[in-house]
Amino acid sequence: MNLTLRIWRQSGPGDKGRMVTYPVADISPDMSFLEMLDVLNERLTLAGEEPVAFDHDCREGICGACGMVINGNAHGPQRGTTACQLHMRHFTDGETIDIEPWRARAFPVVKDLVVDRNAFDRIIAAGGYVTAPTGSAPEAHATPVAKANADAAFEAAACIGCGACVAACPNGSGMLFTAAKVTQLGLLPQGQPERYTRVLGMVDAHDEAGFGGCTNAGECTAVCPKGIPLSTIGRLNRDYLRATAKRGDTPGT
Amino acid sequence: MDLWQEGDPIADTTAPDGPVETRWDRRRFAARLVNPANRRKLTVIVVGTGLAGGSAAATLGELGYRVKSYCYQDSPRRAHSIAAQGGINAAKNYRNDGDSVHRLFYDTVKGGDFRSRESNVHRLAQVSVEIIDQCVAQGVPFAREYGGLLDTRSFGGAQVQRTFYARGQTGQQLLLGAYQALERQIAAGTVEMNSRHEMLELVVVDGRARGIVVRDLVTGEISTEFADAVVLASGGYGNVFYLSTNAKGCNVTATWRAHRKGAYFANPCYTQIHPTCIPVSGGYQSKLTLMSESLRNDGRVWVPKAKGDDRAPRDIPENERDYYLERMYPAFGNLVPRDIASRAAKNVCDSGHGVGPTGLGVYLDFADAIGRLGRNAVEARYGNLFEMYERITGEDPYRVPMRIYPAVHYTMGGLWVDYDLQSTVPGLFVIGEANFSDHGANRLGASALMQGLADGYFVLPNTIADYLAAGPFAPVDANHPEAVAARADVEDRLARLLAVDGDRTVDSFHRELGQIMWEHCGMERTDAGLRKAIGEIRALREQFWQRVRVPGDGERLNQALEKAGRVADFFELAELMCVDALHREESCGGHFRAEHQTPDGEAQRDDERFAYVAAWEYTGSDRPAVLHRENLTFEYVHPSQRSYK
Repeated sequence: MNLTLRIWRQSGPGDKGRMVTYPVADISPDMSFLEMLDVLNERLTLAGEEPVAFDHDCREGICGACGMVINGNAHGPQRGTTACQLHMRHFTDGETIDIEPWRARAFPVVKDLVVDRNAFDRIIAAGGYVTAPTGSAPEAHATPVAKANADAAFEAAACIGCGACVAACPNGSGMLFTAAKVTQLGLLPQGQPERYTRVLGMVDAHDEAGFGGCTNAGECTAVCPKGIPLSTIGRLNRDYLRATAKRGDTPGT
Repeated sequence: MDLWQEGDPIADTTAPDGPVETRWDRRRFAARLVNPANRRKLTVIVVGTGLAGGSAAATLGELGYRVKSYCYQDSPRRAHSIAAQGGINAAKNYRNDGDSVHRLFYDTVKGGDFRSRESNVHRLAQVSVEIIDQCVAQGVPFAREYGGLLDTRSFGGAQVQRTFYARGQTGQQLLLGAYQALERQIAAGTVEMNSRHEMLELVVVDGRARGIVVRDLVTGEISTEFADAVVLASGGYGNVFYLSTNAKGCNVTATWRAHRKGAYFANPCYTQIHPTCIPVSGGYQSKLTLMSESLRNDGRVWVPKAKGDDRAPRDIPENERDYYLERMYPAFGNLVPRDIASRAAKNVCDSGHGVGPTGLGVYLDFADAIGRLGRNAVEARYGNLFEMYERITGEDPYRVPMRIYPAVHYTMGGLWVDYDLQSTVPGLFVIGEANFSDHGANRLGASALMQGLADGYFVLPNTIADYLAAGPFAPVDANHPEAVAARADVEDRLARLLAVDGDRTVDSFHRELGQIMWEHCGMERTDAGLRKAIGEIRALREQFWQRVRVPGDGERLNQALEKAGRVADFFELAELMCVDALHREESCGGHFRAEHQTPDGEAQRDDERFAYVAAWEYTGSDRPAVLHRENLTFEYVHPSQRSYK
């Protein structure tokens, strides 16, 4: 296949950045999208130009490192698929493909397609855990968990922290990411003691990091490579409301 | 020049003797303690945030030590443990199927082909039960039965169902548990997290590991960081083969740099080739994808009986198929250990029975399982794996059998450590895949997660105290001559890589190195092939330093520069792997020497000559490595020819 790529190039956080056009020839439909970028980078290197920087690691859709907006879609056209698992057979010969970084206030661009997603780590640090110091655990079978709850917790826990939800959201909200963790831990008996402090801490950290608010646009779940359901946000909202009531606050203040 | 030299024997002096069941208790009792008030005066550097490093940093933080944690990824949650699919073993015996700590110990020693330490393996089996409790308490969503209790499944190399799992994402869920514990400590201020930082050198002062030189991958800034002890949890070196199931960033640099500073490298030739990966499709391929071994529970492996049979798999009638694992190993069938399954696949393909466009593939067929259990049950167990397969190959495994072929997956070798997980450099501890300790010559499925978490949560936090009890050590700063020299070495190397400005990319060298290693130091090794490989590696390494082109500069994010440094270290490691494989004139586990096989083609160990750990000392890049032997004794599990028939 022969393709025309238009890629966002930005040398660093201080640079304004721009789209640059690169033709690429002889691309195999069996290549992954990132392998196609590898081919481009090999050619740029030999031509004396700087290769395109992009985050990637496991290349099997689980580490969450890769992420780019491909033709306007976070992770590209195939649903439920990270950029590294997207294959070129989903594109057509002669196509022009636009490739841009995640764009969100909370994810500043580091270089080219690489963004800083440490804000997600700060949300987890603000409560996305169960306090269970090593060595203090009771016997695992002491607390049965209804299979339905365990399965729903797993579904929410499948989040890979890639940030596509934020990139797709018109408000740049990280609520699906936050809600996935709140849901996972809130569905399990182990998560109950910290259930309400968790949701308050995580939502505060989310807001402080510069993510926007959720207005139920639903773009997040549509692009989520792991299919985290929108209902997790409903769960987060219920927990948040209860938590603020318990705290004696008025919701929203 | 000789390829290696004989050195003095080495011994593990920290493991107690006496009954194996109480060794860990006795070691913990004998180890010195650090009182809580003193812990905050002690700093520990942890490199890597996978299951071992993440759990260690979190636990050391909880204990009150000051921890500095480093990872090259943008977040500690992305360490490659995240990609482990199948499960984690534990001797809970919830199934009442005859499991016990002793059986897990026995299976692991046997599975490792009698090349691991009994003391270490027994401790691993003991600790396994605590790991499951710990992870459940953290909210890890393991698979459960309708009664609400944990589900388990069977895995290669075992006849009991002791593998706990979270669909096909067990590594992800366990790692997120450790990551969340780590983030809790970061918030508490006990752990300082440095993501996008790569360790490029170890600092040794007065014979003790006292720090590391790191590069901030975003700004390019080089800094020297100090501590009372250094823990390496930087994973394995499978990417020396270029194509492997490892993440693209996985590398040997942290452990190799420590090796050059005096840490012995043990059993580097023990490489695990995983039997169930998606076959290579073209020369552009950047990595290989594993299909969890758990698939072998329900999938049946076969090839056509006739050579070169290119009919579609569904058109090949039952009696013209060779279910070769079931035929050759009736007791274990499709669940034989990985090394055996991989070599069997290679043999049927080498004899012309392979399938797919390249002939390097065998079928893994779920038709029987779907018939027996129904599509829904198969989907519940393996849905995500089937989807992943379809995404990559464009074929639907519910209808067409999967095609699989072996690929490099795990490295049993690593830095030599004693029972306390301390290397030959005092104060340098090595945990998880980065050390060599528990898996012998072959790791059983679902044991890597167990070992990583055992080391990080339960072993290291106890044993490191014995070392730290002698601290805090005299302060060291960036002006210390050893620190200045280490930093200068790093800067010099980076400058040299950037200065070559040649005509070949880093990847082109890496790919070529990988081909040499796969050809000669892969599933089957010979004396002549290994000698040839050593010559080719040296020649290619020389070319690398004359012709590599690394664009850009060192003052900002430069992914080509990161790769170049890692590949330069892979060249040196590759040579040592071949030397180790050459010197070990026997076959054991993942190390198969064609000259040493039984009449029916199984690995032929030589316990008289090779029942030892080969710990290699670095003496200079152009000088032969020195071999130190640690003899292995087996008091409980008596070496026998492994049989899975």
